[in-house]
Amino acid sequence: MKLSRKHLLGLEGVSRSEIETILNTAESFKEILERKIPKVPTLRGKTAVNLFFEPSTRTRVSFELAEKRLSADSVSISTKMSSSEKGETLVDTVRNLEAMKVDFLIVRHSSAGAAHFLASRIDVAVINAGDGCHEHPTQALLDLFTIRQKFGSFEGLKVVIVGDALHSRVARSNLWGLGAVGADITICSPPTFLAPGMENFGARIESDLDKAIQGADVVMVLRIQMERQGQHFFPSLREYAMQYGISRKRADSLKDSCLIMHPGPMNRGVEIAPDVADGVRSVILDQVTNGVAVRMAVLYLLSGGELDDAMAH
Amino acid sequence: MRWLIRKARLLDPANGIDRKGDLLIEEGKIARVGGEIRIDGEVSEIEAEGMTLTPSFIDIHVHLREPGREYAERIETGVRAAAAGGFGAVVCMPNTEPALDTHASIRFVIEEAERWGPVKVWPAGAITQGRKGEKLAEMGDLVRGGAVAVTDDGDPVADSDLMRRALEYSKSFDIPILTHPEDKTLSRGGVMNEGVVSTRLGLKGIPAAAEEIGIARDLRLAELSGGRLHVQHVSTAYGAELVRRAKERGLPVTGETAPHYVALTDESLAGYDTNRKMNPPLRTSRDRDALREALASGVLEVVATDHAPHGIHEKETEFDRAPFGVLGLETSFAVMLTHLVRPGHLSLPTLIERMTSGPAGVIGKEHLGIVEGRKASLTLFDTERSQVVDPSRFESLSRNTPFAGERLYGAIMGLFIGGDRIEPVQPEESNTRFPLPLTR
Ligand SMILES: [Zn+2]
Repeated sequence: MKLSRKHLLGLEGVSRSEIETILNTAESFKEILERKIPKVPTLRGKTAVNLFFEPSTRTRVSFELAEKRLSADSVSISTKMSSSEKGETLVDTVRNLEAMKVDFLIVRHSSAGAAHFLASRIDVAVINAGDGCHEHPTQALLDLFTIRQKFGSFEGLKVVIVGDALHSRVARSNLWGLGAVGADITICSPPTFLAPGMENFGARIESDLDKAIQGADVVMVLRIQMERQGQHFFPSLREYAMQYGISRKRADSLKDSCLIMHPGPMNRGVEIAPDVADGVRSVILDQVTNGVAVRMAVLYLLSGGELDDAMAH
Repeated sequence: MRWLIRKARLLDPANGIDRKGDLLIEEGKIARVGGEIRIDGEVSEIEAEGMTLTPSFIDIHVHLREPGREYAERIETGVRAAAAGGFGAVVCMPNTEPALDTHASIRFVIEEAERWGPVKVWPAGAITQGRKGEKLAEMGDLVRGGAVAVTDDGDPVADSDLMRRALEYSKSFDIPILTHPEDKTLSRGGVMNEGVVSTRLGLKGIPAAAEEIGIARDLRLAELSGGRLHVQHVSTAYGAELVRRAKERGLPVTGETAPHYVALTDESLAGYDTNRKMNPPLRTSRDRDALREALASGVLEVVATDHAPHGIHEKETEFDRAPFGVLGLETSFAVMLTHLVRPGHLSLPTLIERMTSGPAGVIGKEHLGIVEGRKASLTLFDTERSQVVDPSRFESLSRNTPFAGERLYGAIMGLFIGGDRIEPVQPEESNTRFPLPLTR
């Protein structure tokens, strides 16, 4: 199986079979990662540039590791976007990258559409590593991978996404991804954190958290960005934690098999209680490990690789 | 110079004229209108069989950027673009740098425009000093200088008391207040219409209510003050409905919408094209359809483009960082013809009214029309001729059109203003399409 697309800009419009190809390929790479020398020559001679206009140690390191494990040459550029125009602009970036021979561009940016902007202007495979409030496809893919690893399939699984769905690119990518593979999705947010029209995205909306998590197989907790305080979305962090935080008590009411996920970094004590974050249901560290395998799979498939060959290395 | 335009469809709905015939221009005036005109002596004949001759178009909402942002547009290039679009007159907005808030700045615009040919530029002055929304500008002096209206366009007048007083004070000069209705606390940070599409694209939305609250407030203030209010760039269904109700109550209110609002919807932003970013933003198909009806019924009597040039370097950026605004002058008629008249949403005569007598009425200018003895100000176009929009051939200094690459029907074949004739030339003959005759 191959992927017949040049870029991965989002999971909107990505089919179930494409997602399965990526997850199956990631499965192969996960095995490679468990070997003594977790490195294959698959992308030798290829160059990847990790372009991070927004700080993110976790995602950047995950991509860097994926590239190194595949023997690609990689460079990471962390550059600050500043409103005073002193930082590098996207157009500058396009001009500079055009002059280099680059095969992959992994881009993280605070503006929605930044990955589209680059993909439509440079002849290089672009992987969106998070653009504003739009999408973060590799995060959703590693979430799917983690869920499938635990449950074997998505059929009939009840997934509850809790928190700031309005500003969350992780929520958007997961809505598309989980929807494509046939999971049963509920969004639980204060109404101020529901994006307009979200009821049309194939998810159920339930604003009462205790009701929403009844019978859940997966609870996906979204991060509250601290700058949302003072923007009238909720009265206080304390009230948010009371209404929408995954407390010890709420975690205890979940099924034994229920997974708790979080894309990180966590605000312990706000959206998730500290002992829940580190508790038995938490697969938050598995998510981090799986991230590398999933990103290897995406890089490999976008370079034209085939699933059947992935194991051969 | 005498011009004889032969066998055109002569169309001037405001004067009840719609027939095939000849028209003679002599000494800058419409000398004769008739079936077949025979004259002796030297005359320049224009074979116009199959073409339509109407009063020249008027656009009461354009940004010419001079003074202040001459890299995006100058008065010269703005009037060239107007001529290319078939416009004989435009009303330019005062949000220049500095703002057009003094007699001298109004005179500057008028005199600069006169250097570049016969297309009229009628400036609108600012409502408030420096467009800061704090103190009234000297409205009387602006009008004395030639301002045809006042507006803080680009921004609303947030202070309701100040807006009320502006509407009251304007009554002594019989000019309209052009309002840019927006509740900025509700639209803050938004870059496109709020709805399903903004959710999909992850862009911050501007709810329709931000505009509608502004419209509702200003309509109430118009009623309270008795001043004349013109609502700019209506983009929502309920906005048009508010204008309709105000008219039903007998208020002296008028309204406009722009070609992009009746041709496009927010769905077209899927590729994050900054040349489709404007304020108010493209709305839903429901809004678009309601605006088409509002134009057809006359609830909105004006098509105005909100021609807003921006440099390529400003638009070639992330969607949320790009400035609001798109070009309009050079595609207005063709967009309206292609997207509304040809599919049957609007008749050609109604479109011509919305682009001629409608806007003239708002700013209190006489509709010259196709009437013997009046000054000639006429546009000749061919509704069957189509062309692909090529921004690199625009007369405007800027390129930010949402219609690039689209095939549009309705080619402007010439403009007759007074004793001047402006007609398109072939690209190999000149690098401008519509060379303007210099009047001085
Ligand atoms: Zn405006």
